[in-house]
Amino acid sequence: MAKAILTLTLNGRPREDAVSHNVLLIDYLREIAHLTGTKMGCDGGECGACTVLVDDRPRLSCITLAHSVAGKRVETIEGGARDGRLSQLQRAFHERLGSQCGYCTPGMIMAAEGLLRRTPKPSTEEIRQGLSGNICRCTGYTKIIEAVRVAAGDAT
Amino acid sequence: MEFMPEFRVLRPASVEDAVAARRDDPDACLLAGGTDLVPNIRRGIVAPRTIVDVSEVAEMRDIRERDGEVRIGASVTLAELIEHPIIRQRFSVLVQAASEVAASSHRQVATVGGNLCLDTRCVYYNQSEWWRRSNDYCFKHQGEICHVAPKTVACFAAYSGDLAPAFIVLDGAVEVAGPDGNRVMPLPEMYRDDGRDHLRLGPGEMVVAVRVPAADSWHCGYVKARVRSAIDFPLAGVAAAVKLQAGSLAGLRVALTGTNAMPLLLQGTEDLVGAPLDDDAIDRLVALIPKQIQPMTSTVTPPGYRRRVVANMTRTLLRRLSAEARR
Repeated sequence: MAKAILTLTLNGRPREDAVSHNVLLIDYLREIAHLTGTKMGCDGGECGACTVLVDDRPRLSCITLAHSVAGKRVETIEGGARDGRLSQLQRAFHERLGSQCGYCTPGMIMAAEGLLRRTPKPSTEEIRQGLSGNICRCTGYTKIIEAVRVAAGDAT
Repeated sequence: MEFMPEFRVLRPASVEDAVAARRDDPDACLLAGGTDLVPNIRRGIVAPRTIVDVSEVAEMRDIRERDGEVRIGASVTLAELIEHPIIRQRFSVLVQAASEVAASSHRQVATVGGNLCLDTRCVYYNQSEWWRRSNDYCFKHQGEICHVAPKTVACFAAYSGDLAPAFIVLDGAVEVAGPDGNRVMPLPEMYRDDGRDHLRLGPGEMVVAVRVPAADSWHCGYVKARVRSAIDFPLAGVAAAVKLQAGSLAGLRVALTGTNAMPLLLQGTEDLVGAPLDDDAIDRLVALIPKQIQPMTSTVTPPGYRRRVVANMTRTLLRRLSAEARR
């Protein structure tokens, strides 16, 4: 079995693990790093539930090989809160009811976080575009978009 | 852990090293963003022993301009293509086509080369192992029948890349590197209308870059029909490039995707050169389409719908470009 040392920065902390070449990023995160906040949804890159940030850009961890992010900065939903305080985006999702059953929420928040880093003041259309690869089966899109607008300082 | 077959991943630093890595294993697969390959590995329709990751090969990572011609590295991501000032300013059709590929998160990693070399797709192929097994597989993988056309010996999986028609109407060419050296070929020549084997690339050959000549006097556009506008592959897509001189057509190129196992450069458009770009010319153009396309039941949407939608999209796009050109 081809295996190599994977070095990366995970939620701000450097890490090194011996990881097989064929391990997916989602399996590395959930079963080696034990960060189970990232969710497996469709299992084929179609639903966005597994979205994490790699060097500030959203990436679907269920169709990414763990070694493809070697040397990069990876952020998961667990990296959002600091000292028990939710990030602005997490708080907005919480307060504006952007989360219903919650399964899509980690991916939705990471995709939105990536969008806000590229476009700090997105229009509603830009939010819709930025989250177009994230499916919410509870269909709570209106509140999700509202939460992102609130987090971006557009408090309507 | 999710099931993944055993393979090793090589990370060459140069095109030369990538070609050498594939020489040792002719079945080795290329990986860049992984948005096409990894789902196919997960579904068991591709099982490489070696994967050659070209996402960080420097010669394939940049966009350069020389004497009006632009060279786009195959490992440039779609997001980088869309955001690049030269592309935004001078090749808006590429921005339109790339923006219509999948969803924003895919475009952050999906690459130009990956989209051009996208595997063909079929409702009987892009399925899980158990689904395909229960249906006795098909020509494209492991089976001895085409469920789309059971009496034929051909495979009708559809080519579904959005960038190829845009690059084709821009008269783009691909730089290919392989064990026998490098070559440049017009993009349409890279494809053949066979769903099983749609790329005319020799063993170990790979696309390194796309070259596009200056297109400043052309008006170009891309439109696409899909089931969910947020994310899907095209049911059909149309790109067109129009050049007008004193109100008459001085040049016209139309290319289609999603209708055949390859992207098609529509033949016969040269007969319209010299005519005014009016509804009559557009009718004559649309009349060229039916005999050249062959949409089959390879998607959940019937071929008849895709035929109608191609004709209507072509008409709409040409009217739009005509109005743009007259402004």
